[in-house]
Amino acid sequence: MPTLVLERHRGGTLRDVGGRGRGPSGGDAAPGREPAPVGTGLLGVAAFLAAVTMLFLAFTSAYLARRQEAGWPAFSPPWVLWVNTAVLLVSSGTLDWARRRIRSGDAAGLRRGVEWTAALGLLFVLGQLAAWRQLAARGLYLTTNPHSSFFYVLTAVHGAHLLGGVVALATVLLRSWQGRYTAQAHAGVTNCAVYWHFMDLLWLYLFVLLFWV
Amino acid sequence: MEDTGRTHDERRAGRWTSVLIMFTLVAGVLSFVWSARSYWLLPLASAQGASIDELFDIILVLTAIAFVAVHLFIGIALWRFPARQGAKAAHWHEHLGAELTWTVVPAIGIIILGIAGEVVWAKVYSAPPANAEQVDVVGRQFEWQFRYPGPDGRFGRSAPRFVTSGNPFGMDPSDPENKQNVVTINDLHLVVNRPVLLHITSIDVIHSLSLPNFRMKQDAVPGRVVDIWFTPNKEGAYQIVCAQLCGVGHYTMRGNITVQSQSAFDQWLQSQIK
Amino acid sequence: MDAVAVRQPEMAHEPHPRESFIRHYIFSIDHKMIGKQYFLTTMFMALVGGAMAMLMRAHLGWPDNGVLSPEQYLQAVTMHGTIMIFFFLTVMLTGGLGNLLIPLMIGARDMAFPFLNMISYWTFVPGVITILLSYFVPGGPAGNGWTAYAPLSAVPAAEGGAGLGQTLWIIAILFVVISSLFGSLNFLTTVINLRTRGMSMGRLPLTIWGAFVTAVLALLSFPVLMAALGLLLLDRLAGTSFFEASNLIIGGAASTHQGGDALLWQHLFWFFGHPEVYILILTPMGVVSDIISTFSRKPIFGYKAMVLSLAAIGFLSFLVWGHHMFVSGMHPLLGAAFMGSTIIIAIPSAIKTFNWCTTLWHGRIHFTTAMLFAIGFVSVFVTGGLSGIFLAIAPVDLYLHDTYFIVAHFHFVMASASLFAILAGTYYWFPKFFGRMMNETLGKIHFALTFLGIYGTFYPMHFIGLHSNDRRLYETTAYPFLSHTGPVDVFVSLSAFLLGFAQLFFIANFLWSLKYGPVAGDNPWHANGLEWTTTTPPPHGNWEGALPAVYRWPYDYSVPGARDDYVPQTVQAIPLVAAAGAGGGEA
Repeated sequence: MPTLVLERHRGGTLRDVGGRGRGPSGGDAAPGREPAPVGTGLLGVAAFLAAVTMLFLAFTSAYLARRQEAGWPAFSPPWVLWVNTAVLLVSSGTLDWARRRIRSGDAAGLRRGVEWTAALGLLFVLGQLAAWRQLAARGLYLTTNPHSSFFYVLTAVHGAHLLGGVVALATVLLRSWQGRYTAQAHAGVTNCAVYWHFMDLLWLYLFVLLFWV
Repeated sequence: MEDTGRTHDERRAGRWTSVLIMFTLVAGVLSFVWSARSYWLLPLASAQGASIDELFDIILVLTAIAFVAVHLFIGIALWRFPARQGAKAAHWHEHLGAELTWTVVPAIGIIILGIAGEVVWAKVYSAPPANAEQVDVVGRQFEWQFRYPGPDGRFGRSAPRFVTSGNPFGMDPSDPENKQNVVTINDLHLVVNRPVLLHITSIDVIHSLSLPNFRMKQDAVPGRVVDIWFTPNKEGAYQIVCAQLCGVGHYTMRGNITVQSQSAFDQWLQSQIK
Repeated sequence: MDAVAVRQPEMAHEPHPRESFIRHYIFSIDHKMIGKQYFLTTMFMALVGGAMAMLMRAHLGWPDNGVLSPEQYLQAVTMHGTIMIFFFLTVMLTGGLGNLLIPLMIGARDMAFPFLNMISYWTFVPGVITILLSYFVPGGPAGNGWTAYAPLSAVPAAEGGAGLGQTLWIIAILFVVISSLFGSLNFLTTVINLRTRGMSMGRLPLTIWGAFVTAVLALLSFPVLMAALGLLLLDRLAGTSFFEASNLIIGGAASTHQGGDALLWQHLFWFFGHPEVYILILTPMGVVSDIISTFSRKPIFGYKAMVLSLAAIGFLSFLVWGHHMFVSGMHPLLGAAFMGSTIIIAIPSAIKTFNWCTTLWHGRIHFTTAMLFAIGFVSVFVTGGLSGIFLAIAPVDLYLHDTYFIVAHFHFVMASASLFAILAGTYYWFPKFFGRMMNETLGKIHFALTFLGIYGTFYPMHFIGLHSNDRRLYETTAYPFLSHTGPVDVFVSLSAFLLGFAQLFFIANFLWSLKYGPVAGDNPWHANGLEWTTTTPPPHGNWEGALPAVYRWPYDYSVPGARDDYVPQTVQAIPLVAAAGAGGGEA
């Protein structure tokens, strides 16, 4: 097999013919690839969060369009929402603490932090249910008026996503028991934390949107 | 792909494909010419429609040129460049000048069309003249209802809370003015050369008031009143089509339009008042 | 999510024991098997959707025969559109072609998240079952159009049937949406992170570029449909009022809904709906680019412009949804803005068309069936694209909106073009995945009849559309000006039957070739893409031994001075013509 390289072609170099973009144009054809700048798992989480963002943007635009119209019957937030917000913020803190524990190799600390986070997450969901009860006690149901409709829908969708986060936390816990995370390799914990913090921010956004816009 | 026996086949296949493309080209153009005599835009009966038809004609010419040019090019390429034994294809794949040309030329064409479109659009949706005849329109499954002001040119009071199945306009029964208003079903009367302003809504699902002869179309949306206006300029009888799927009886939702002189219209309106 | 985060691409290629039947054929996590599952499922759905079309045409050609009742006609219309768009084209292009091709064309062992890939397919299947089930509920399937405009679709009393069909329709689409989201998330990550060494973005085949932009569009547009469907479902089942205004009289009785907005549904639906249209055409554009280049034995003309125009079309698709709503009652100023953004799309589309044409020029064209369908794609895409200009210019759309003119338009530019690319791709890649060649004679008959059938079916629709024949009308007897359109309808119906008949050649060819087609080599078309460098069919893990390294783009055809008229992407140094004797034949 000849290995002569076609040097030039109509004033261009071989790169012009075959090149295009970066990448090796010489060297051996060894297998493997450079490590990607962003981990595959994190990329997947980011893509998923982009989709979640679009979902809530769609709800937001529907909500804002509806709000502008006359006869918007606003109601004040049930007080338990403040508690829930605090619970969720604390849960982000415990998860970040857990992540820092595993960075220094403390798997037991990781588990304790994740357990706390999951518990607080479940508490938040229970708190949201309590908020629904408070609204129902005021006579505000899903179909009562547009504001209540949007409140129930947005909190329900957010709650479902948060429960998904709890499932992810449980998976992290399981893997930690299996000894899968070390100080160097714990991408799963990071990805889970990104998702959880996003859900936290999303709740703050929804809280503001629903009652202070 | 150096199979020696197949080059003859490739040439024949190329000719056949080229013929198929050319046939598409010829049939596509000729059938349009034929269609222009049998099935074309419905007879025009409004003042605004003339500029829409002009726009249509311009687009038709431009797209016809593009349709012919692209198919001709493909047809010739297929005829001329089938695989041949021992012959290699050319190896070029960039040409800034060519690419700029076919970016800029369509861009200019499309921008000119766009500007023309915007001008006509602005004209169609300009403010209605003050002397326009006013008609309320309500779409419902599966009929159109029209409400005309009485001879004094005034509508009676109406409000959504009065809306019932028998009173889709929500006319206030306590207002005597409403006795002078005329409500018709599927029967729209217009005055020739007098602008008409339609207030269109629906009381159930979305319908669409399509007035093809007047080059107008407007969805009737429940909960919204949308205004359109135009000037009918040819006497005669026309049809209203419902252009938005509104349920099983959608295909039966036809209305009639009568464009008549002012005196004939006045006479008709008088005859409708009970 | 983290199960796969730590997974190395190399790991998938460990020698593996024989899998059980269920692991291999049912709950497989191999992208090729999942791709085949998608391919066959969506092909079956295409038959169902096609049968709906045949029923519609049987009725419209001869409306007096009473083939369908008005309600059944609308159900056929709705299910034809729904099945073809959601259950055939969308999923065939992403789940089918995307799954089969992406890892092989970028040099990956599998998708980034193989397990999620399997879940994606098994989320799609319940959707298929639900939509098919809706035929057998009281009142039959949904009949409110594939766009399901509220309030018609939101208030059961407004419809003809018992209403369960529409509810199942919403649920089925939700399954498809979730499945597509999983799929697009996977595709996006795979293309970004799992390209083999040397496969820079600038060397990606255009098929992959198309699939990549498609994944972005799907990821960002399907959630919006999801939100809309969720609200619609609540309106139907729970009595909320997102899409119904106050004071409606429906079915003779006052509605209890209040305060909603019917246009909200349209805004949400079309914000999804327009990117969706490009989801159905971007991958086909890429497939056709690759096939035209391969069989012209010539590099694709203007690769950079092709990539940029794909990206531009993808971006613009989020700014043009309002052109579906010119007559909806939206503010005229918004209409003017949407007209402006819409016509701009003509520019990248024109660039692509001219580049395909130029690629043919001075080529050495091999008229395989795949190539014929690719050429057919350009023809129908141009025809449909040009009729789109009429509709983009809003004042002209006032006349043509919701007539058969638009039916002709989107069936050319979206449905036929997409179908042609799928068929071209099937003829092209069939040897790689099934190890045998398809029959070329049957293929050419299939192409000729399909091409003529498509033009015969959809071209005359322009004419009756210009004559203001509205779409979705059960019969036109109510309208005197349509009294003489009968012959056109008969012609269209006969052409549609021809089109349907032609597909029998494809089915026969496909099944026959699976078993009796001539055995294909690794690279039967002498193509450059990475997928042709592995064995046929590719093993689990896609390449025996190491993953290939890439040294060039996939369009080095007919390089002057080179020995062969193709240079696969894995070739580092081009063998020269002087050495032809020493090199020997390859595959």
